[in-house]
Amino acid sequence: MKPKVTIQNIQKVYKGKTDVLAVDTINFNIMENEFITILGPSGCGKSTLLRMVGGLEEQTSGHIYLGDQELVGPSSNRGMVFQAYSLFPWLTIEKNIQFGLKNKGMKEAERKEISDSYIELVGLKGFEKHYPNQLSGGMKQRVAIARALANDPEILLLDEPFGALDSQTRLIMQELLLNIWEKKKKTILFITHDVEEAIFLGSRVLVMTSRPGKIKEDISIELSHPRTYHVKSDPAFIKIKDHLTELIREESLKAIELEVQK
Amino acid sequence: MQEPKTAVNDTSIPMYKEQNKKETKRRISWLQPQKAISKKLYLSLSVSSFILILLVWSGLTYTQIVDPLFLPTPTDIIHSAVTLFTELGFATDILATISRVFVGFLLALIIGLPLGILIGTFKVVEAFFEPVISFVRYMPVSAFIPLFILWIGVEEPEKIAVIFVGSFFSLVLMIAVEVGNVRKELLEAAYTLGSTNFGIIKSVILPAAMPGIMEITRLVLGWAWTYIIVAELIAAPSGIGHVIIESQRMIRTSNIIFGIIVIGILGLICDVVLKIVTRKLFSWNYGR
Ligand SMILES: Nc1ncnc2c1ncn2[C@@H]1O[C@H](COP(=O)(O)OP(=O)(O)OP(=O)(O)O)[C@@H](O)[C@H]1O
Ligand SMILES: [Mg+2]
Repeated sequence: MKPKVTIQNIQKVYKGKTDVLAVDTINFNIMENEFITILGPSGCGKSTLLRMVGGLEEQTSGHIYLGDQELVGPSSNRGMVFQAYSLFPWLTIEKNIQFGLKNKGMKEAERKEISDSYIELVGLKGFEKHYPNQLSGGMKQRVAIARALANDPEILLLDEPFGALDSQTRLIMQELLLNIWEKKKKTILFITHDVEEAIFLGSRVLVMTSRPGKIKEDISIELSHPRTYHVKSDPAFIKIKDHLTELIREESLKAIELEVQK
Repeated sequence: MQEPKTAVNDTSIPMYKEQNKKETKRRISWLQPQKAISKKLYLSLSVSSFILILLVWSGLTYTQIVDPLFLPTPTDIIHSAVTLFTELGFATDILATISRVFVGFLLALIIGLPLGILIGTFKVVEAFFEPVISFVRYMPVSAFIPLFILWIGVEEPEKIAVIFVGSFFSLVLMIAVEVGNVRKELLEAAYTLGSTNFGIIKSVILPAAMPGIMEITRLVLGWAWTYIIVAELIAAPSGIGHVIIESQRMIRTSNIIFGIIVIGILGLICDVVLKIVTRKLFSWNYGR
């Protein structure tokens, strides 16, 4: 089978007083319907990598393909969900979700139908006419996910979308996203520094080294679907968790050493 | 079942609690930094500041501690107001001043708004205009007045030019900053939802910056009221400033003071109306 997204020899240098090599020669493929989580210590270049796939940051060298088409710049075929709340505060929840559809020139009635279905999907029925500042953090991220999905992108890119949420809300949001993925069979690239989150969500986990970020390990997660939070106490889950925790620990220590040397 | 009862009957517990209550005094709420106070208290404090001014003023004038030539009594001011309106056609002066401010300010806004948005959005436009506009902004408008009189005379166009120059450059620069501060994540989100470079101006930059632009409009309009008076003081056939300078020539202090009060009231009305409109139109920007 042909990969959906091909990431080829990607490298990113941030130019400045001292150049920063943020991402170093990364290669991997994303297959259709895959849920890939990228796990890495803080500051290793995860966001940079995701933003390059999203077209918001230009790679210094290398290529990214969607199917056969090389990607340059952002476009509606790659939906993004950011960690910071990026909803449009002047639009109601409903209009936020319809934003991309309006860009496509879709008729009002059709837009409404789609936004209603996604509002239902993320469990926000009754909040259609609310404004973002009337919602809690978790609800805002539900809207952000719905907004990205409503546009029906080829791939969904999420950058620590639940990082700012409390642990209870976070768990609920993880289950929600997993549920959506199981139902809608989307292709997802999800970034996190949380080991449990990476295993729980991912069908494949890519572990990154500390900066400059490289792929250190590429692990398939064979835990069955549908998954609920109970899987987190499964011995197989715990075994992977121990292994990944060790890997991340090594890399985090390296990152700290790097800081200290400076 | 019996045991809890004895615990309740044990008087030492409530006693202890009561003592504790006395010791931890509640903080006086109006001494707590930034703590909200009741609407009633707020309003009565605001009103009493005006009353206090009125009391001090009356005390100084009715007792003739101060020469009425320097500071007339409140009653004198009311007399002035009546004569100004009934005999001296003060209403037309007020209208003249208001229309000058509005025409000049609207012109500045009509040209300044798009220019400010373009400067805040595109670096090429910023690089071209910003240095010149920043430079001109620090030249005092009042110093331009003699030049304008030389160029365009003392009629309406000159007054409007003063307001225009006084507001335009500040408007442009402040709007540009406001527009430039639109959060990058919002733009990025819009791009990933299929927005184009130009589409994003209408769908994201404008709505995001609009509440701030309204605030700027309110602020600069406030300044415009002071520029017009300066312009009218120097040379004008009509207007509040003209009445003030004429009254000075005739040593009618109470007319001057009434003129100043009218300017204050006009400015305040503008400010309050714009504030309310902004809050109504952009309620999403103001809390829950
Ligand atoms: N715009 C930029 N200019 C210069 N350096 C940058 C820029 N953005 C990121 N960096 C640097 O590149 C490295 C990787 O940053 P990035 O944000 O991709 O890491 P991350 O893994 O997402 O970190 P976090 O866990 O904090 O989200 C960091 O050292 C960061 O300081
Ligand atoms: Mg990051």
